[in-house]
Amino acid sequence: MTPPGRARGFRALLGTFLGYAVLVFFALVFLYPFVIQTANSFKTEADAAAHPLSPVPDPFTTAAFTKIFDSTAFPLWIGNSILVTLLITVGRVFLDSLAGYALARLSFRGRGAITAMIVAVMAVPGVVLLIPKFLVLNQLGIYNTYTALVLPLLVDAAGVFIMRQFFLSVPPSLEEAARMDGAGVFRTYWSIILPMARPALITLTILSFQASWNEFPHTVVAVQSPELFTLPRGIANLVSGSLGAGTQYPLKLGAALLATIPVAIIFVIFQRYFVRGAAEGASKE
Amino acid sequence: MAEAHRRSGIRGDEAAAGWLFVAPAVLILGLFLVLPIGMALWVSVSGWNGQGSPFAPGVPYVGAQNYASLFVEDGLTRENFMISIRNNLYYVAVAVPAQTLLALALALVVNQRFLKGTSFFRTAFYFPSVTSSVAISVVFLFLFANSGAVNALLAAFGISGPAWFADPRGLLHLLLGGLGLVDVANPPAALTGGGPFGLSWWEWLAGPSVAMSTIIMLVVWTTSGTFMLIFLAALQDVPVQVEEASLIDGANAWQRLRHVTLPMLKPALFLVVTLGLIGTWQVFDQIYVMSQGKPANTTLTPAYLSYRTAFSDFEYGVGAAISFVLFLIIVVMTLLQRWIMRDRDEPRPRRRWWPRRGSTS
Repeated sequence: MTPPGRARGFRALLGTFLGYAVLVFFALVFLYPFVIQTANSFKTEADAAAHPLSPVPDPFTTAAFTKIFDSTAFPLWIGNSILVTLLITVGRVFLDSLAGYALARLSFRGRGAITAMIVAVMAVPGVVLLIPKFLVLNQLGIYNTYTALVLPLLVDAAGVFIMRQFFLSVPPSLEEAARMDGAGVFRTYWSIILPMARPALITLTILSFQASWNEFPHTVVAVQSPELFTLPRGIANLVSGSLGAGTQYPLKLGAALLATIPVAIIFVIFQRYFVRGAAEGASKE
Repeated sequence: MAEAHRRSGIRGDEAAAGWLFVAPAVLILGLFLVLPIGMALWVSVSGWNGQGSPFAPGVPYVGAQNYASLFVEDGLTRENFMISIRNNLYYVAVAVPAQTLLALALALVVNQRFLKGTSFFRTAFYFPSVTSSVAISVVFLFLFANSGAVNALLAAFGISGPAWFADPRGLLHLLLGGLGLVDVANPPAALTGGGPFGLSWWEWLAGPSVAMSTIIMLVVWTTSGTFMLIFLAALQDVPVQVEEASLIDGANAWQRLRHVTLPMLKPALFLVVTLGLIGTWQVFDQIYVMSQGKPANTTLTPAYLSYRTAFSDFEYGVGAAISFVLFLIIVVMTLLQRWIMRDRDEPRPRRRWWPRRGSTS
C-alpha cells in the first residue's frame, strides 16, 4: 500500500505546491479588491474607467481626496462617527460588563429571568427590528437626534452574554476575600474584578468599536438629517443618492477607503481579539 | 450566629447591587428591543400612515388586513412581497451552500500542518468580514461596474461581461434557455398561465438575477472568513491521534477527510449553516447601497421591502407585517436547523453522558 520513498516525496511536494497555490489564489481573491480600491482612489476618473484592474495609478492624483474633503460633508460624517463610536464603546464596555458580572456572580431575585431575556434578545434578528425601533424613537420624541443614534446601542445583549460567560469562568475566591475585608459590591467590582477581566474587556472594546463604527441599518431608522449622518450613512447616501448619479469612482472608493482604515488598523493590531470575539460570538448560539 | 447575620446582610446588599448593575442593560434592551416589538405588533394590525402617534385615537384597527394583502389579496403589494420572497429564496439557496463550502475548504487548507505562514492567510481571508458593509458594497459596485475590474478581467479572457447591476435576467431562465429547453423570449404558456400567490410558475422559476448574483458573490466573500474561523476552531479539536491512526491504517487524504475529519466537523457545519440561514434572510445594507431592489425588483428582499414600504410608501402597517413574516421565517429556519441538528448529533453524546450522570446521583 505504501508508495516507494521517491513517489511519496514527490506527492508531498505536489501537495505543498497545491496547498500554496490555493492559499495564494484566495489571498488574491480576498485582498486584491482592497488593492484595486486603494489604487483607483488615487486615479483620475478616466484612468479608473480605462484601467480598473491596474494597481498603479497613472497619473497619480489626490484630486479625489481633495474633493472628498472640500465638496462633500465627509468631515462632518467623520466627526459624528467618532463621537457616536466613542460613546457607544464606552457605554457598552461599562454597562455590558456591569450586567454580565451581576448575572454571573450576584444572586438576586429575577436573575434567571433576566439571563433568559438577554439570550432571547440576542436571537432576535436585527433587520426585523428596523421599523419597531423607529416607532419607539418616534414615540419618545428622540427620532432624528444624537440620542437616537447612541442610546439604543449603549447596551448589546451579546456583549452582556460574553461578559457573563467570562465571569463565570473566573474563580470567585479573590472577590470573596475582598468582600470579607468589607469592600462594597461596587468597589469590589471596580478595583478587583475589572482589572482581572482585562482580556475580556479588550475583546468587548474591539467588538464594540468595530460594530458601532460600521453600524448602518440603525442610522437609517434613527436619523434623517444630513447633519446627523455617520460615515456609513453618509457614504451610502453619496453612492445611492443624487451625488452618485455620475460615476465618480475615485471619489467613492476613496471615501470608502477612509472609512475602512480605522477598523483595518485595529484589526491588524488586535487580530487575536477579533478571532476570539468571532469564536465567542459563535459559541453563544 | 454573628457569622450568619453578617452573611444575610451581604446577601441583601448583593440583591440590591445585582438589580442596580443590570438595571441599565435591562432598561435599554427593554425599551429599544422588547417594547418596540410590541408596538410594531400593534402597527402591523393598524392602518397607521406615519402621521402623529400610532397610538392616537384616530388610528384605525384593520385586523389581519395588512397580512392578507401580503398573502391572499391580488395586487401590487402581494406581487412585490412574493417577488422579494422568491429573490431571497434563491439568494439563500446559492449563498448558504457557497459560503459554507468555501469556508470549509479554506479552513481545511489553512489547517494543514505542512504549510508555513498560514496565519497570514487566515488573517487575509478573515479581513473582509470585519470591514464596513457599506464600504465593501462601494468596492463591489466598482468591481462589477460596466467598465469595472471584473469585466476587464473577463475581457482579458475574451469574454464580454454583462452590465451586472442593470441585468434582471434570471440565471435559471438563462440556463433553461441555454440548454434549449425553453424559449426565454416566448416562455411556454403552461408556466406563464398561473402559479401560487399571484406569481406565475415562470416567474418563480427565474432563479437569482444577474444583478442579484453580484450581491451573492459579495456576501459569500465577506462571510466565508468568519465561518472559516468556526471550522478552524473545530478542526483544532480533532485529536492528532485520530488522524495518525487513520494514517497508519493507510487511509488516503480523501478517505481521511470523508470518514474522519468531516464527521467530527458536523456540529460546526450545522452551526455555520444555521448562522448562514439567519444571516442571508436579513440582507439589507448591500441592497440599500448597491441596487435598492433594482433592476425590475430582482434584488428586492423582504428586509429591504419592509423598509421601503414603511419609509418610502408610508404604509407602516404593511411594512411591520413584512417584518413579522420575516421574523417568523427566520425563527422557523432556526428551529428546523436545530431540530435536524438534534436528530443527528445529540443521541451520541447523550448516550455517553446520561448513564454517568445517573450513576452519580
